[in-house]
Amino acid sequence: MSLDNFKDRNAGVQNYRLLELEPTPTTGWGKFKQVLIRSVKLELLVGLKVTIREMFKALFGGQMHTTKYPFEKLPISPRYRAIHEMKRLLESGHYRCIGCGLCEKICIANCIRIDTRYDENQRKEVSDYTINLGRCIFCGYCAEVCPELAIVHSGRYETASEQRASFTDFADMLTPLDELKKQKEFPGFGAVSPNADENIKKTPLAY
Amino acid sequence: MSGFIIATVIKAIVVLAIISALAGFGTYIERKILAFIQRRLGPMHVGPYGILQIAADGIKLFTKEDFIPSGANRLIFKIAPLITAATAFIALAAVPLLPEFHLFGITVRPIVADLNIGLLFVIAMMGVGLYGPLLAGMAQENKWGIIGSARTAIQFLSYEVVTGLSLLAPIMLVGSLSLIDFNNYQAGGIANWIVWKQPLAFILFLISGFAETNRTPFDLLENEAEIIAGYATEYSGMRWGMFFIGEYANMITIGFLASLVFLGGFNPLWIIPGAIAIVLKVSFFFFLMLWVRSAWPHIRPDQLMWLCWKVLMPLAVINILITGLVA
Repeated sequence: MSLDNFKDRNAGVQNYRLLELEPTPTTGWGKFKQVLIRSVKLELLVGLKVTIREMFKALFGGQMHTTKYPFEKLPISPRYRAIHEMKRLLESGHYRCIGCGLCEKICIANCIRIDTRYDENQRKEVSDYTINLGRCIFCGYCAEVCPELAIVHSGRYETASEQRASFTDFADMLTPLDELKKQKEFPGFGAVSPNADENIKKTPLAY
Repeated sequence: MSGFIIATVIKAIVVLAIISALAGFGTYIERKILAFIQRRLGPMHVGPYGILQIAADGIKLFTKEDFIPSGANRLIFKIAPLITAATAFIALAAVPLLPEFHLFGITVRPIVADLNIGLLFVIAMMGVGLYGPLLAGMAQENKWGIIGSARTAIQFLSYEVVTGLSLLAPIMLVGSLSLIDFNNYQAGGIANWIVWKQPLAFILFLISGFAETNRTPFDLLENEAEIIAGYATEYSGMRWGMFFIGEYANMITIGFLASLVFLGGFNPLWIIPGAIAIVLKVSFFFFLMLWVRSAWPHIRPDQLMWLCWKVLMPLAVINILITGLVA
């Protein structure tokens, strides 16, 4: 390959295709003919046809594009990373968080703060859990690292509020107890993959 | 005599009320149709299907600050919107809106004044309507207004010629200027419509009608992309609203003219009675204007002049010549 090939920076031209337009008429008779042909061919009516077709599609074909937003919402991806949510155990209703502090450790924006203590049964319980949403960059590491799938991202993207803190109070982030039956497993970042069973291998015990 | 005066005054008030209400309704229809064509819903939330949006817009227009720029010629600035609205309604005076009907034992002729020069009167009044945008643009001390009024002058004056010449051929056929005579000439079914005898005149009249009412392929007077709002740049509130009502009344007038002169007017159509037939025809023309607005782009002022003087006017003259030779 010679150097000229590298110096030819006009790399995109080869992919363009010129429209097969007739040359612009220069003579008076040529211009007259062009006008006549364009008038008789009724090219303008094509535009009318297209618009009326779209109108009938919208009105009778159910292809209206409008979503009446506050009343209707478009579905979002299950992997969408919006405001955090804490899940509960389905059997007992106790929160899943075991207070391991991995989320606090991995958080690259340093926005998670977790305090734990031993309760009367000498089990670890979360005494304080806050997320500073002013710092959170919604990277999803906390949900990925969480061994219990306790902290996950919800699809709650409407984040206008009088106080940010109302989104991150631990009690409010937890699934309400009366809606425990409706709690859905988070399919997004950090969740168990759908073919997890196939990937399980026996622990080698030979050593 | 006094009965005639009372009847005329009542008719004038009824026509004014109905047409200005329809002009307001026209804004709603326009927004809805354009929305449907773009697969949107249009106004939906004020009232059922957004129909009270008209009332909301009206309240907004009425309560807006009445603003006159400091350098403007105050008197002419105030008069100009009145000219547009008034001429649009005066033009409707000579248009028979519906066939005759009986009400409380009285035969009502739904035409304010059956002039023997009806068509000429309507065209003349729509021609006078050019003073509205012209004076408005020149009175407001704004360069966009000046450009808008200059465009008004060239566009309206040029297309007056085409309107007049294209209507001349049907006038030669009918031999009268009264729109009622036009209607009676086409009595007896679709085959008698003038559009079959004068297809070219019909198309020319439609094109120039779009230009006269300042509708989209020719709406250079207030083309937002080029000259802000043209002659209406400095207007707000109800003064601007009057321009709007005048424009919509003109659209309705052009619709009536096209239906009466070319499409058989208010003659009964098969089983459809005449009154409904003409309303359908006018609605079609109204829809056509919105349809064209959604589909076609503006043209440049020089293309506008080219189209008028080099294409439409020669065609209109040739059409008259042929009509004169044949008829």
